[in-house]
Amino acid sequence: MNNPVLSQFLRRPEAGSFLSLVAVALFFVIFGGVNIGTLATTASWVNFAANLGIVAIPMGLLMIAGELDISIGAMIPAGSMSVAILSGHYGLPIWVGMAGALGLGVLVGLVNGLLAVRTTVPTLIITLGTLVAMQGIVLSASVLLTGSASVAVEAPGWAKFLFGHLIGGSYQVIILWWLGMTALFIGILHHSSRGNWIFAMGGDKVSARNAGIPTDRMLIGLFILSAVSASFVGMCGAILFNSAQVSGGMNYIFNAVVSVVVGGVLLTGGFGSIGGIFLGTVTFAIVSQGIYFTDIDRNWSSLIIGVMLLAAVLMNNVFRKLALTAPSAKPAKK
Amino acid sequence: MTHPVLELRNVNKSFGPIDVLHDISLKINAGEVLCLLGDNGAGKSTLIKTLAGVHKPTSGEMLMDGKPVVFETPKQGSDAGIATVHQFGGTFPLMSIGRSFFVGVEPTKKIGPFKVFDRKTANETAVKAVREFGITRIDDGDRLIGGLSGGERQSLAIARAVHFGARVLILDEPTAALGVKQSSHVLRIILEARKRGIAVIFITHQVTHAMAVGDHFAVLIRGAVAANFMRGEKTREEITDLMAGGEALASLDAEVEDYMETHDGHAPQPQPKAEPVA
Repeated sequence: MNNPVLSQFLRRPEAGSFLSLVAVALFFVIFGGVNIGTLATTASWVNFAANLGIVAIPMGLLMIAGELDISIGAMIPAGSMSVAILSGHYGLPIWVGMAGALGLGVLVGLVNGLLAVRTTVPTLIITLGTLVAMQGIVLSASVLLTGSASVAVEAPGWAKFLFGHLIGGSYQVIILWWLGMTALFIGILHHSSRGNWIFAMGGDKVSARNAGIPTDRMLIGLFILSAVSASFVGMCGAILFNSAQVSGGMNYIFNAVVSVVVGGVLLTGGFGSIGGIFLGTVTFAIVSQGIYFTDIDRNWSSLIIGVMLLAAVLMNNVFRKLALTAPSAKPAKK
Repeated sequence: MTHPVLELRNVNKSFGPIDVLHDISLKINAGEVLCLLGDNGAGKSTLIKTLAGVHKPTSGEMLMDGKPVVFETPKQGSDAGIATVHQFGGTFPLMSIGRSFFVGVEPTKKIGPFKVFDRKTANETAVKAVREFGITRIDDGDRLIGGLSGGERQSLAIARAVHFGARVLILDEPTAALGVKQSSHVLRIILEARKRGIAVIFITHQVTHAMAVGDHFAVLIRGAVAANFMRGEKTREEITDLMAGGEALASLDAEVEDYMETHDGHAPQPQPKAEPVA
């Protein structure tokens, strides 16, 4: 690693995800016969990435802090059902439905967070519990209140414009929310004290607490962020499609974890970046949606994702070693 | 007269029915290195956790500068100037030097309405603080902690504690996992901290290291102070003896002597090696 620019790049957590993205794009261009310009401007994967990205960012933050939240799989349908039941079935103003959806997110996040800080149960298990419990609640509440597992909702113009219209006829407005959220959390994670605390919590929670970081409050906050983001995605979906279903959302759990890991976040915490999570999400979306635009049979996409995940984890391990041993970029002073 | 920086008076600590510390009385002055010696399980960890505010004494008094203090949390302990550095020093291996140096007290600068982490200041301050302690190999605050050697990590952690105004520095076996050269690094830094008027509590079970820097020694056996003496009052053998629990070593000596007598002064024969199988 004599080249300082290259070594500087490889020290960054997003190095692996950038290379994954380049590799996947090249693979599609060379073997799939796809035009790179068409691929870059295709709405389907961008829409997919935006919905996924909004849950992947909090998932990534939690993983950097050394925790995991899989209850998002139930919070996405919970968010869309809340808005549909309140504003569609009962005909309340749309803002009531939206407040209900996001409020439910705050509540579930609070439960996850409190259980995480008050018990020593791993958060994978805690959120597995709330995942299954929320699925039950959403299904029974829907059947009990509306007699159906699918509810229609009609949003007024302003809500449609903000959360559920298609820009240029094909790009979901949630893409802007995703980009905004990415920019916001780049600022928070990498350029604020709070961000430093999240890394410290993932590095060593006890030392972080001894250094005066309010680890419990931070953790509860992260769980609330995660649940609210998931119900936000569900809410936007209901407003866009004018209806909500109790099913769906489970795929998001694995898709988000894959995106985050491909994005260079260390599963054991303490290492990662928002830029990496962003690139990981884009890569994942291109593989799973972009494949429709290639000559490759789409059934292969899961194989590609699996291989990519393993390759990314291996690559990230190598890069992390490089990061730890890379010589200083500045010439050593004598 | 000047008061000791930190003083324990008849401190007891028990966890439920188990008494861990008995009637500990210790004094430590500014610019002095107190070596806390003792075998595993002697109560060293409990003692330093009590000093740092992790545990509260069951009874007894703790005084700083002659005034009684009670720490409810480790934060209060560190606010009062008591800093603990653990065996592996930097605890955030994947954080940069600058970032980990300022965990919990990040320097910020204002950019428009936002308070932004000031990476440049953080890196410069961290590098400067550790270089002042004579670790000149560290010159880039963006390097990750995990890439430093064990001695460098210890040094960084000590420099951090001193930078944030530690008056009592508790070093929990800082040299236990280090090689000879790295250890001497850390010992030099202990002396440097002492020179700056910091009270250092140095926990170790390497007598050589203790003898090299200690002004004052306290030996802990089964939760009580078994010996408390100043530099030069005891020989190296006596200290080793005390550390290993005194009696245990004495009886081992007797056993060895017995053996020598019954075997005409011959040392035990090495066991014959197994014949190599062809």
